[in-house]
Amino acid sequence: MSEHIVRAYDKELDALGRRIGEMGGIAEKMVVDAMDALGSVNNELAQQVIATDPRLDTLQREIEEQAILTIARRQPMAVDLREIIGAIRVAGDLERIGDLAKNIARRSVKIGPESRVPRASVGLKHMNDLATEQLKDVLDAYALRDADRAHAVWTRDAELDALEDSVFRDLLTHMMEDPRNISFCAHLLFCSKNIERIGDHATNIAETVYYLVTGGTLPAERPKGHPDQATPAPLGAVEQ
Amino acid sequence: MNEMAQTARTNAVQNASREKIAVRGLSFYYGGSRALKDINLSFSENKVTALIGPSGCGKSTFLRVLNRMYDLYPNQRAEGEVLLDGENILDAKLDLNLLRSRVGMVFQKPTPFPMSIYDNIAFGIKLYEKLSKSELDGRVESALRRSALWDEVKDKLAASGLSLSGGQQQRLCIARTIAIKPEVILFDEPCSALDPISTSKIEELIDELTDDYTIVIVTHSMQQAARVSEYTAFMYLGELIEFDDTSKVFTSPREKRTQDYITGRFG
Repeated sequence: MSEHIVRAYDKELDALGRRIGEMGGIAEKMVVDAMDALGSVNNELAQQVIATDPRLDTLQREIEEQAILTIARRQPMAVDLREIIGAIRVAGDLERIGDLAKNIARRSVKIGPESRVPRASVGLKHMNDLATEQLKDVLDAYALRDADRAHAVWTRDAELDALEDSVFRDLLTHMMEDPRNISFCAHLLFCSKNIERIGDHATNIAETVYYLVTGGTLPAERPKGHPDQATPAPLGAVEQ
Repeated sequence: MNEMAQTARTNAVQNASREKIAVRGLSFYYGGSRALKDINLSFSENKVTALIGPSGCGKSTFLRVLNRMYDLYPNQRAEGEVLLDGENILDAKLDLNLLRSRVGMVFQKPTPFPMSIYDNIAFGIKLYEKLSKSELDGRVESALRRSALWDEVKDKLAASGLSLSGGQQQRLCIARTIAIKPEVILFDEPCSALDPISTSKIEELIDELTDDYTIVIVTHSMQQAARVSEYTAFMYLGELIEFDDTSKVFTSPREKRTQDYITGRFG
């Protein structure tokens, strides 16, 4: 994209993009660390994740303020307008992702001494790997303004949903096997929901990137459940 | 759904965007230089269409073709067709006075005549119609009301039009134009000499005028085009580059040149 006649305008947009990049990096690390803390019962790491969250909140506020100023100052049009609206939306999603990671870290602290069946969290780890990859891909798509890549992320969210279903069944089995697992597994259930939501936010970002690049929108309904299944499994219908 | 309802709705949709002016293969020449190149475009009835583009792109020239304003100058000629309700206004046999009573124009700088506010409006009406004093009074009042100026001038109709503020003068010019009951109004950068309050008043007026008139506006303000128009045409170097719904043009234009222009990347 060629430059604006007013160079300060380019600088403002660049600054927005840089802050989003910074938020993305922080959010990504929080998601990875939160899961590591949970998997390895690492209290210190969990506390670190919790302590990082305010930084994301601050960045989001700064991005919003900067975006509002730029709108007031430049009355952006077309791709610039989409760029700025996109930055506001992506910042909102990243901030939420940070909250969800923080929530997982908090649960990890709570679970700490109660951690019972280590293999119960294996499925969760899978989910988290997938969510992290989705997040990484969508941030790349944002940085590269790559609509195809964003679309791929958007489509892949179905895998994460399917995985959540299987984690749900898995944890249910553990609970039925031994009631002493219930409290622990209930925490993990919430964690799996959080990870699934992190995936949803990655999908939101994918939609934003697609809009930003093409000016068009992806369909309101995205594919649900496992890509091979026409309808999601009934157990997945449980909402919290 | 019953068939009649469907037909009625189809008609409504068609009426909503009936073609008032159809421009076909229009080229325009200032002597030897070609200022408009094969323009094809339709202006919808009772809608506002904005013409945007950098200086010298031909948008004002285009506007001047629509009421044959260029006829006042030697060595200027247009080729192609401009159909107003199906009738080619470029036809040499056309009655220009009649055309200009159907297609009114408001200019960049307010141009009130050096006469009273009342006469500024009555003057044009008297050119086309013979009315009694009371009928004329009524027409002047309704034109001034229509252009949202009545309350400000009703007690000083005999004062000179030149005594009004810039924004009021521009509304006086709009009143003068609509007093003749045209079908189409051309605005050539009507707000470029006005402060923001006056600009808002003119924009509000344009919005109201679409109930009865087809409006074409040339503006250098992208925001104004985005605010007041339903359709936008982007012109560059005498060519029509893009024509689409205003909402589309200003959020995701098809053409790179349109995007570069409206986002301030060249000009």
